[in-house]
Order: sequence, then C-alpha cells, then structure tokens
Amino acid sequence: MSLRADAVTAGWRRGRPVVDRVDLAVPPGSVLGLAGPSGCGKSTLTRVLALLHAPWSGTVSVDGEPVHRFRFAAPAALRRRIGVVFQSPRAATDPRLTLERIVAEPLRAARVPAAETARRVAEVADLVGLTGELRGRRPHEVSDGQLQRACLARALAPRPDYLLCDEMTAMLDASTTAALVSVVSAEVTGRGLGVLAVSHDEQLLDAWAGEVLRPWS
Amino acid sequence: MSAPVLSVRGLDVAFRVGRGARARTVRAVTGADLDLRPGRLTALVGESGCGKSVLTEALTGLLPATAAVRGSATLSTPDGDLELLDAPESDLRDRVRGRLLGLVPQSAATHLTPTRTVGAQLRETLARLGAGIPVAELMERAALPRHVLELYPHELSGGQAQRAGLAAALAGDPPVLLADEPTAGLDRPLVEHVTALLAGLADEGRAVLLITHDLRAARDVADDVAVMYASRLVETGPAAEVFTGPWHPYTAGLLGALPDAGFTPVPGHPPELSALPPGCPFAPRCPERERCSGDPEPVRHGDRTVSCSGPVGS
Repeated sequence: MSLRADAVTAGWRRGRPVVDRVDLAVPPGSVLGLAGPSGCGKSTLTRVLALLHAPWSGTVSVDGEPVHRFRFAAPAALRRRIGVVFQSPRAATDPRLTLERIVAEPLRAARVPAAETARRVAEVADLVGLTGELRGRRPHEVSDGQLQRACLARALAPRPDYLLCDEMTAMLDASTTAALVSVVSAEVTGRGLGVLAVSHDEQLLDAWAGEVLRPWS
Repeated sequence: MSAPVLSVRGLDVAFRVGRGARARTVRAVTGADLDLRPGRLTALVGESGCGKSVLTEALTGLLPATAAVRGSATLSTPDGDLELLDAPESDLRDRVRGRLLGLVPQSAATHLTPTRTVGAQLRETLARLGAGIPVAELMERAALPRHVLELYPHELSGGQAQRAGLAAALAGDPPVLLADEPTAGLDRPLVEHVTALLAGLADEGRAVLLITHDLRAARDVADDVAVMYASRLVETGPAAEVFTGPWHPYTAGLLGALPDAGFTPVPGHPPELSALPPGCPFAPRCPERERCSGDPEPVRHGDRTVSCSGPVGS
C-alpha cells in the first residue's frame, strides 16, 4: 500500500530527462519530504506522481496497481485518489469563481450529487479555516494565504488517499504556513492520508516530514 | 544612532472602493510612524494583504488617484527637507524616484520589457537619470555576471531577474532603497544572496527598507524591524531585541510559527481592511485580550515602540 515511483524517467524535451530513474514510495499515514534546489525536477516528478504527466519509462503505481501508459490523461477515478496543491494559488484558480465554487469543482467534475457536494465543501472549508464570509468571495478579493487555504480544501474535498504539496507554502507568511501544515498533519494522523511534501526549504521539511529525501544532493 | 534620512509620521492611507450598497473604505495604512536611517536595513514584515506595499507606494507617489493620504513623510535631501506626500508629481518624477528613492518592485521580472535585453534597459535607465557610471559597474553592484547584459527577460532565472531590478534601482545611486518582496518565490540560497546584497548596500551607508513576509530572511539581515498587522505598525525596534524578546503578542505569534520555533499558527484570520474593528485590530486573535484595554496607540520605550496596552507592552 503506497503511492510509488519505480525507476521513473520523465522530461519535457526529447533527450533531456529532468527526472532520471527516481524511486520513491509515499506510504499512507505519513509525510515524506522531497527537497531540492529550484529547477532540479521536483515539480516534474510531482506532476508524474499526480498522473498529470506520463513518464518516459518506469512505473507509477497506486496501492500496488500500476498506472499503464497513457497519452494525455490517466483515468479520472485514479487521479481523484491523488490530490495536488501547487505553489501559486493565483495561477491555480479560476478568477471568475467564488472560493466555495473553486472548492466544489472536483466534486462537480465527479458528478457528486449537489446536496452531498455542499455538505463536503462546508466540511473541508471548516477544516482549512475558510469562514462563511470568505467562501462567497472571488480570488481577487482575498489574500494569497486565504486563496491557498481554498486550494488545499479543493484538494481534500474528494477525500484523496494521497496528497502532493508542491511548494504549497513558498508564497505564504510564517503563520499561514504553520496553519496549513497543521491541517494536513491532522488528515495524516486522522484518516491515514499519505503526503509528499515538496520544497526547497529543508528547515520546513525537517519540521514537517517524518523522512526527507534529497535525491539531488 | 544617526538621524533618519526618511521620517514617516502618522501616515494614513485609505481607498474608497465599490459602488452603491457595496461602497466601503479600505484602510490600508493607519497611523504609521517609521524612520529609515543611513547605514541600516529596516525590515517591514507582516502577512500578505496587511498594507506593506501600499506604504511604499505612498512614499514614492505611486498610489492611484482614489487613495486618500494623510500624515507626513519627510526626506532629507542635499537641498533641505522634502515633504514627499505634498510634493507635486513633477518633483517626484524629476528629483525623487530613482535619484533619492530607489524602488525594487515586487516580482521584478514582470517590470522588465520582454522584448529588450537587460543591457539595453539598464543603459536607458542610466541615460535617463544622467548617471555617469558605466553599466558594468552597475552590474557589479548588483552581483550580476556580464553575460546577463545580452539576455532577454525570459532567459533570466528568478534570482537574476530580481538582481536586474535591483541594478535598475541602483542606477541613480539613491541614498534610500525600498525593496518590496525582493525574495518572493526564490529558493533559500537565492534569498540569502539577495538579502546579503541589500545588507551590503546598507553597510555602504544607504538606508534600506526590506518589505517581506519571510520572517527568517528578516531575522537574518535586518538591523531594525517593523511588524505590520491589519494596516498598523504594531511593533518597531532594533531587530536583535524584537526577534529575541518580542513585546507585541502578534510578533510573538509570528515568531512561534516558524518551523524551528514551535511551528504553531496564530489562531484565526487577520481582519478585512474594509471592516477593521474599533480599537486594537489584533484583539480577536490575541491570547492576552482579557488583560488589556484594547487601546492600539503606539507607546515608545527607548528605541522600541509597541501598539499594545496589555501586559507585554506596559
């Protein structure tokens, strides 16, 4: 049981692999840290594990089930088991939608009934600390920290088994960083979420993750 | 301590936004007192959206016309004191910006013209300011290698773009440098490089204001610190004293949220700047609110000020 990469090689331009034969396993109920400098391939590896980018070779498997070669997108049912939070919440949200609707988006895409969607959105919004008044606002009416809270809620709404946090807190102040990390940690101990925390900030990872991989050092 | 080169007193900035029933006043800066001194790096820290950037925009005359500004900001110049908030735009343009006040904007990469090389843009800046220094010297001051002159903005790394912005701000050799989040989005070694550069510029005798939400960067390089919360400067003083013995409960909360110092968030959210509570804006989140009169007026003790009437401040 884990989200695994076995000998994964991936990249964007032919002949220039960004990720070269990487092995790692994210077990449920724990936080694995992945550290490395800017431009080393952390985000590419995260996209491969999120099943958003097909590896050139090697295998990604979810709880022992290998994800077979796909061209543009892996099956939605598999992708829904893996949540992702990106670095820039502004780039990751639709400016026309309210925060509530942003959080609901993955549930709507999965055709979860409206009543159930509303209930789950309220639940995760409470979890990340989005107050009722904030939920009706659009991205330009909130701070980066508040918007990143919505992005974390969106990732948690489909109750994924694994969560990938790609520099989730790089743009946030110390207090919001600590708040989001404690939300994620509660899911890890509470329901066995498996987390990959990707960051260039080793001090953050040492405080957050049980084990920290440094494949590039 | 040296006399301040820029002295801000009672600065208020407010915006009217929205129309009809949704019209409201956003109070971005309330009663700010701040001194920038030659040879010292002052860090202005606080959560995103607390009013830090608006404060620098007020000083450089870059606020939109809808802003209502009160208070004073006095800049010492070779020709006597200049009141920045009343200065006409022509004065700000021809005498102040670039020459007396250098501004390193947030995400410098987006301030460079994408179709021109760094060298072309820096040479133009030098020519416009009538600065007599060669572009090579400017590159050296900003720790940029020569070959960067030939590069277009999209070919720069985040750190190089930030240093190119710094080079442009240094073209007119201003005695005061305002750097707005120059390290946002950079990784730790680059953050340290950029902040060390700014500290070096302060050591040469400039007054530097470093605006950042990165408390660790501020802790590493600042001589003085000002902590901003919900439009107010809640605590100011020498960095060594404030970071080791904070007086304001918000400063203490922020420091306790660092990964190596407890990693505990300050509970709750900052208030909306359009709906600030009367009295102390931190009171709803404050662990000491029971023992406090809620008066947010700053109190001075030696070189430190604190806007707290609770047990820590009195």
